[in-house]
Amino acid sequence: MIVRILGEGRYDVPEADLPAIEQLDAQLNDALERGDDYEFTTSLSDLIAQVRHTGTLVAPDDLRTSEQVVPHEGSTLAEVRALLAEEA
Amino acid sequence: MSVMKRLSGIVQAKANKALDKAENPADMLDLSYEKQMENLTKVRRALADVATARKRLELQASQLQAQAQKLQDQAKQALGQGQEDLAREALARRATLADQLESLGTQHQQVEAQQQQLETTASRLQAQVDSFRTKKETLKASYTASKAQASIGEAVSGISESMTDAGMTLDRAQDKIAQMQARAGAIDELLDTGALPDALGGGGDDIQKQLDATSKAGQVDAELAALKAEVGSGAAEPSASLPPGGPAGSNGGPAGSSSGNGAPASDGGDS
Repeated sequence: MIVRILGEGRYDVPEADLPAIEQLDAQLNDALERGDDYEFTTSLSDLIAQVRHTGTLVAPDDLRTSEQVVPHEGSTLAEVRALLAEEA
Repeated sequence: MSVMKRLSGIVQAKANKALDKAENPADMLDLSYEKQMENLTKVRRALADVATARKRLELQASQLQAQAQKLQDQAKQALGQGQEDLAREALARRATLADQLESLGTQHQQVEAQQQQLETTASRLQAQVDSFRTKKETLKASYTASKAQASIGEAVSGISESMTDAGMTLDRAQDKIAQMQARAGAIDELLDTGALPDALGGGGDDIQKQLDATSKAGQVDAELAALKAEVGSGAAEPSASLPPGGPAGSNGGPAGSSSGNGAPASDGGDS
């Protein structure tokens, strides 16, 4: 599955590695809902590390779109909350 | 709920919005290409802004650093002069500067992160523009075939998504740059108005004035003592030799109504 890290690029992540990423995504969401800045920052940096570690960077001339998007590295809880508010 | 899925939905929605404008696939390809070029220019401009913000922060940090060092030296000097209150004042100001420096350090890390993300975005966009330039002509040449239409759609979606990412990265960088500029402006203002003493050792340094005054006073005291010693030892010799002739004679002159008294009295005193 292709996962995009905003500001960085797309990674092709093998299916087998998705559960670990989903778990970190759930932690991130949990921190977001609780408004826990520290936990949010930690989960985000763990999530980004995990995607980089298990995925393979997709070349720029490969134009496949992503299915999942990770916020910019170093994003704050407030920034991501503002981004997600655009949903509505 | 997944943050990654929700964010993906937002990115796709933005990407689709950008696509709506083009009517036929060939136009879509050209429009995508133009947008990519525009994006690349914007990212490069933002990179220059980030570099400027970074230099400004570095300059301010070194000014604050120099000022902190100066206050440290002043505190030492004040203690040496026995002025503990002044030393305490210098250290208190130094602590304020240390806070400012720490927050500048954090800002600096953020600028570096922005710079890195923008550089990545720029090089990725450049690579994409380069490969897309030839790809779009190939796709256009065969776009009547339905299969080619599908691949045009995919290519354009891919480009559009990456441009959306670049646009979001750009917005974020510009927000950060604006925040940093506001903060740098505030620090410049503090440095200018002397709320923080001038780092370049300008006039408004009251701690230095007090130190100088004390050390000047100390110097004056020392010089006075030296003079006293000089005058004291010089005076000891004449005082032994002067009274006999000088003061006694001159005193005797105006005071003595009887001029004959002066000489015998001094003679009698000596003998």
